Amino acid sequence: MGIATASQVEPDPIRGEPLVQGGHDFASVTDAVCGVIEAKRPPLIWFISIAISSIMTLVLFAMIVYLFWTGIGVWGVNVPVGWGFAIVNFVFWVGIGHAGTLISAILFLFRQQWRTAINRFAEAMTIFAVICALVFPGIHVGRVWFAWWMFPIPYQQGVWPQFRSPLLWDVFAVGTYFMVSSIFWYMGMIPDLATIRDRATGTTRRFVYGLLSLGWRGSNRQWHRYERAYLLLAALATPLVLSVHSVVSFDFAVSQVPGWHTTILPPYFVAGAIFSGFAMVVFLAVPARQLYGLKSIITMRHIESMNKIMLATGSMVGYAYAIEFFMAWYSGNIYEQFTFQNRAFGEYWWAYWTMASCNVIVPQIYWFKKARRSLVVTMIVAFLINVGMWFERFVIVVTSLSRDFLPSSWGFYWPTWVDILTFAGTFGLFFTLFLLFLRFLPMVAMAELKNVMPAAHPVHHLSGEKEGH
Amino acid sequence: MSKPSLFGYLVEFEDVTTILNAAREVRDEGYTKWDTHTPFPIHGMDGAMGMKMSILPWLVFGGGFMGCTLAMLLQWWMNAYDYPYLVSGKPLWSIPAFIPVTFELTILFSAFGAFFGMLALNQLPELYHALFTSERFRRATSDRFFISIEAKDPRFDLEKTRAFLETLGGTAIETVEEDE
Repeated sequence: MGIATASQVEPDPIRGEPLVQGGHDFASVTDAVCGVIEAKRPPLIWFISIAISSIMTLVLFAMIVYLFWTGIGVWGVNVPVGWGFAIVNFVFWVGIGHAGTLISAILFLFRQQWRTAINRFAEAMTIFAVICALVFPGIHVGRVWFAWWMFPIPYQQGVWPQFRSPLLWDVFAVGTYFMVSSIFWYMGMIPDLATIRDRATGTTRRFVYGLLSLGWRGSNRQWHRYERAYLLLAALATPLVLSVHSVVSFDFAVSQVPGWHTTILPPYFVAGAIFSGFAMVVFLAVPARQLYGLKSIITMRHIESMNKIMLATGSMVGYAYAIEFFMAWYSGNIYEQFTFQNRAFGEYWWAYWTMASCNVIVPQIYWFKKARRSLVVTMIVAFLINVGMWFERFVIVVTSLSRDFLPSSWGFYWPTWVDILTFAGTFGLFFTLFLLFLRFLPMVAMAELKNVMPAAHPVHHLSGEKEGH
Repeated sequence: MSKPSLFGYLVEFEDVTTILNAAREVRDEGYTKWDTHTPFPIHGMDGAMGMKMSILPWLVFGGGFMGCTLAMLLQWWMNAYDYPYLVSGKPLWSIPAFIPVTFELTILFSAFGAFFGMLALNQLPELYHALFTSERFRRATSDRFFISIEAKDPRFDLEKTRAFLETLGGTAIETVEEDE
């Protein structure tokens, strides 16, 4: 029988805890995950949340209209600080968008089976975060009606984009990342969409999910190619996820500005991106599992593993902060030395120390198992990490631009209310998309989850032949 | 609507071990137009069904190769030939500066190769299939395992195949019909 009771669950070789708890069998996993989508109406808190987030999304749209109508002067950007909130927010959101593909691709290649309960979730978050990120370069260009010049489109003037500019690399890196993440997310969802189709009672639901699942019928001939494709996509997405934030960091590293022109930026950005992305995943996963009764699927083990990754990447980020100071001193370059003194003790000292304490000191609490397994601590730390990581980007962008080589061109940057409301509005967009995802799409990869349950493995082989993989 | 014709047999199983052993027997009987349907990929089923390795990796390689070549040509033609950009007296065609975009497009086209290649080889989307007429088959995406043998199979015989399928340890056998 395809049923695993709690006593039959084999212990994981590395950790004693089973990946799926609470005596689930295949049918009950399907019920638990599909139940969320099939419920007549979502919980009251869902309605309250989406009401708030949609209003915030409208605020975002209003701010964008106001910006287009009036011009870039409604923002706090000036000379010399031409990259204000827009670029800070862009880097922040792209960074958050890294955890999804890391979980789905890199952890897949490393055969970290615990990823199955949270990968769908994290991939969805990735895509929504990248959508929020993509808003900013688009509206930041000033003359938005020329935004299409970023793409190599032939037109009568015969001018092509400048491919030696890191800003154009960014267009390709983030664009590719968005498309590949979407493909990965959608492809992973096809079997689960078929599950919803097969359980559907109404014709509309059956039609829509039938269309989305493309006629998937779980045939092993299909699974064979599907698994191949999934493995190859994971292998392709792994260098991609590392490249995206590296290319984002080239926007800074390839320039001449003190504090930006360093080779440590790519790995430092990637570590920070994974760090903030995981913080966002747990920040969303904890409420979702409580609310939708998925505690036995997204278990404490998952939360703890993610918290460990945050401890590791947070410490890497801390190391990068220290190395930056060391290199500034060791280089003997006065501009570089001044920049770092200015970061820590200049006009923006409060931003620097918010960043350092939230990103480096706060995650150290995860050396304690009690803290890693406490939901309250997890939520607070995840929130603080996201605050810290936003400030990291603020520190990098603003402090370096406001104090470059010539004191005569020094300046000061302060956001306007439009800047702040636009940033707040992207959270509205992010949460609206996420809440819709929770309501209409399977938030846990059922097929993959069933595959890591003990009952998915044959008890014994009757014939001793060599098996294909 | 014309009169329905026979698509084949559908056998239901309740657990992984039984269907895996059953698949081996169907393979050894020499059937070719048959398939297993499971809610998740079963480890070892490819061997049990005697399946060959997919050609998908070659499609992915082709995609990647195309992406790489296209990206190089695109950038060379746009920046070094059709509209030469002279920046700080540097060479018009300086490869390192063109690597990031080349890398990204290589990955993008390989990913297209993997996804669209998978769909094409699996003949998806295929929104109608005879198996969807079976009420029982709806559990194939949740918690039941199925073997289907098509009537088109040269070894298919209404009586003998049924008798054979009854020996496999399945919990139910049904005939599936399709509208021609």
